[in-house]
Amino acid sequence: MTRFGVIRFPGSCDETDAAAACERIGEAELLWHGDRDLKGVDAVVVPGGFSYGDYLRAGAIARFAPVMEEVAAFAADGGPVLGICNGFQVLCEAGMLPGALLPNESLKFLCRQVDLIVEDDSSSWTAACERGERLSIPVKNTSGRYFAPDGELDRIEAAGQVAFRYAPGQNPNGSLRDVAGVRNEAGNVVGLMPHPEHAVDELTGSADGLRLFESAARLATAA
Amino acid sequence: MLARVLIRPKAGVVDPQGKAVERALPTLGFEGVEGVHVGRLVELRTDDPDRLPELCEKLLANPLIEDYEIELEGEEAPLSHGGDEEEA
Repeated sequence: MTRFGVIRFPGSCDETDAAAACERIGEAELLWHGDRDLKGVDAVVVPGGFSYGDYLRAGAIARFAPVMEEVAAFAADGGPVLGICNGFQVLCEAGMLPGALLPNESLKFLCRQVDLIVEDDSSSWTAACERGERLSIPVKNTSGRYFAPDGELDRIEAAGQVAFRYAPGQNPNGSLRDVAGVRNEAGNVVGLMPHPEHAVDELTGSADGLRLFESAARLATAA
Repeated sequence: MLARVLIRPKAGVVDPQGKAVERALPTLGFEGVEGVHVGRLVELRTDDPDRLPELCEKLLANPLIEDYEIELEGEEAPLSHGGDEEEA
């Protein structure tokens, strides 16, 4: 059974939902930010919230947490790592994913259900999806506007590193080219602003978020 | 040595905070103000100012989206912020 590790930073708030989502597919283990130990998990989730109070810039300080050194080494080894919302910001700040997340164009916190289009089905977290598939997943953030300089964005697109895009007309925050999530070159590290861990049960409107966790589990069992 | 690091959004990066301030000014009677950008000021003391650029690029600023400037003050220069016990 796939063992997922979910990082808990001071200020994380979605780690319990992330762990609950993982437990629908496998087992979940909460990992403390100060520990240099991933406890032998098969996949790592860096969850949402406000790590270290989002001081300086969202994710800027969390990337220096002791556990992040282990996450970087795990990722360099090909281990699947998923950053959700604040976790995405952390992975960008750590240089594990390209680009940056800027304050929403509206400057407002937003919270709504959006449709995502799966743009790349080769990554560790989208392998169970089909390219072009639509996923209904909530987004909730204040700094979720994906940004990369034009040349860099062209390079990311050309390399197929855009993992998810907001469906046409649903870009909630001014993200460049509707980018909602990206992957690294190797495809084992993925980050997105919307929250797949909040979409794991039809009771709350959608279970589409499970597709990401299923992807990582499929990979882990195949390994 | 006291250093001040000024961090601002890079030219070309949309700055909604600056825009919001700019839009608010005319409603307060301040007409004709343009080009408002909101950044951050970080003050710090260091014995090794040569390392400041590295420190800025690794933590204080995100070079992808922000520019920074470092201002150094001589140790004798008056410190503008009072109430610091170390200086007493």
